Amino acid sequence: MHPAPSVIAFTALSGAGYGLLFLLSLGYLLQLPWSADAWAFGIGLAVALGFITVGLLASTRHLRRPERAWRAVTQWRSSWLSREGVFALATFPPAAGLLLTGPLLGMQGWLPLLCALLSVIGAAATVLATAMIYASLKPIRQWHHPKVPPLYLLLALASGAPLLSCLLAFEPEAAPLAFVAAGLLLVAWVMKQSYWRDIDRSAPLATLASATGLQRKGDVTLLEPPHTQDNYLTEEMGYRVARKHSGKLRLLALGFALAALVCLVFAGLSGGGWTQLFFSLPAALLALVAVGIERWLFFAEATHTVSLYYGKAA
Amino acid sequence: MTSLPKRPPEKALGLVIDLDTCVGCQACVVNCKEWNTGGYPAPLSDLDPYGANPAGAWLNRVHAFEVEPEEGQPQVVHFPKSCLHCADAACVTVCPTGASYKRESDGIVLVDEDRCMGCGLCAWACPYGAREMDPVVGVMKKCTLCVDRIYNEAIPEEERQPACVRTCPASARHFGDLADPDSEVSRLVAERGGRDLMPELGYHPTNKYLPPRPRREGCQSAAPKALEPASPEGGFLGWLDRVLGG
Repeated sequence: MHPAPSVIAFTALSGAGYGLLFLLSLGYLLQLPWSADAWAFGIGLAVALGFITVGLLASTRHLRRPERAWRAVTQWRSSWLSREGVFALATFPPAAGLLLTGPLLGMQGWLPLLCALLSVIGAAATVLATAMIYASLKPIRQWHHPKVPPLYLLLALASGAPLLSCLLAFEPEAAPLAFVAAGLLLVAWVMKQSYWRDIDRSAPLATLASATGLQRKGDVTLLEPPHTQDNYLTEEMGYRVARKHSGKLRLLALGFALAALVCLVFAGLSGGGWTQLFFSLPAALLALVAVGIERWLFFAEATHTVSLYYGKAA
Repeated sequence: MTSLPKRPPEKALGLVIDLDTCVGCQACVVNCKEWNTGGYPAPLSDLDPYGANPAGAWLNRVHAFEVEPEEGQPQVVHFPKSCLHCADAACVTVCPTGASYKRESDGIVLVDEDRCMGCGLCAWACPYGAREMDPVVGVMKKCTLCVDRIYNEAIPEEERQPACVRTCPASARHFGDLADPDSEVSRLVAERGGRDLMPELGYHPTNKYLPPRPRREGCQSAAPKALEPASPEGGFLGWLDRVLGG
């Protein structure tokens, strides 16, 4: 599948934003120490909303007719893309409400708690819906895989948590958070590694023989394609440029994730302050770059059954 | 609404494509483009159509495959492919805007182009590659089963068929109601063992493909016959062979 920069930017950035929003709101809900500093909490919410908004704006670059994007909230009964849009929009009011009532106005009571609860649910639901867009597509075996939704959720948390570790560097009680972030990174990337092993081993969904209904006739091979130039199908679904480097790119992504993890361990050991910031900032960047590479591979390595008709494996 | 019809449509209009008689002439491809660039999905655009790198949206394409049986001669199979108007059309249910829909009355899958935002998700959801993005208009295009011909009372009755069917010089394409077991197309499917494409994916396509008939007895051997001896004993050919220096 063609790895469109707009979709990679969208899923990586909004994922980190929703991960951060989820952790902040959960922290507020459970009265964890990382919501104690109103300033850090407020800036964190603003950063999360910034990531989410930039991501969502990037996603509209993928549309050929973005002026009709508002229609995408109408078909939530059947379409995961529509659900994603609904959840994304529905998460803005409670997140903004939490920002206003909690840190800015210093309100106590049920209203900020309700906002925090809805933000937690909204953030998780939006990332899950994003994952389900891909996981529900049967013609692409690398996407129609049970590990895709948990991976999207874990990677969102694992790219949001290092950001939180930066924001709360001067909150001594929140120092263990860096270890939480390191743990999330570890779980997410171990799972990603097992997903990669799965898709390398999984059998193709169909063959050219079954795609042409010629199973009983013998070996089927492509003799002549139906068109001389590339078309939408071969460019969008038949992407194979640099797929041959996928092994190296997987290692590179794992390397970045590991480096982020090591930084977070040092950040956790530092016990807060400038040292924690010094280690958490590169960790946040490295974790995000790792997800960027992972997302690129998620598209570039995915094969579509339409490729069968062009003589390629699926 | 991009949910599928709750009840199975009363009719299941579709095509039956005969891989035995298709000669790969591309007439259906051209006539499809010609009709549809002026019909329901107009325009059906191309980029650089007369230049070095032409590309564009087409609703019907003819691939050519080689089939090599374990015994006997290899065979070329020309393979026209257009939308199969699936019963379980995932292209419809994934659509976020309500542009894609399957008609309750006859099962035809269509795109309301005024609602399409060009996200391309339906093309990802189609295992057959039946949908192509229009490079100029920026909306998804697909086979309409010539919905603007088959019910069109302004054209003569014999023209009320999809353009690809009407134009096929080998009568390799047949149009009809596949939900009716007594229809001509259903009988063809039953007689000739019509097949679904990629049945393992569970889309339940309406269009069926008739596999090529077995080759006749006389041409089962893959090995070419040995040439006649070039210098028969005596006779006119023997004389000619000697004269020509054989």
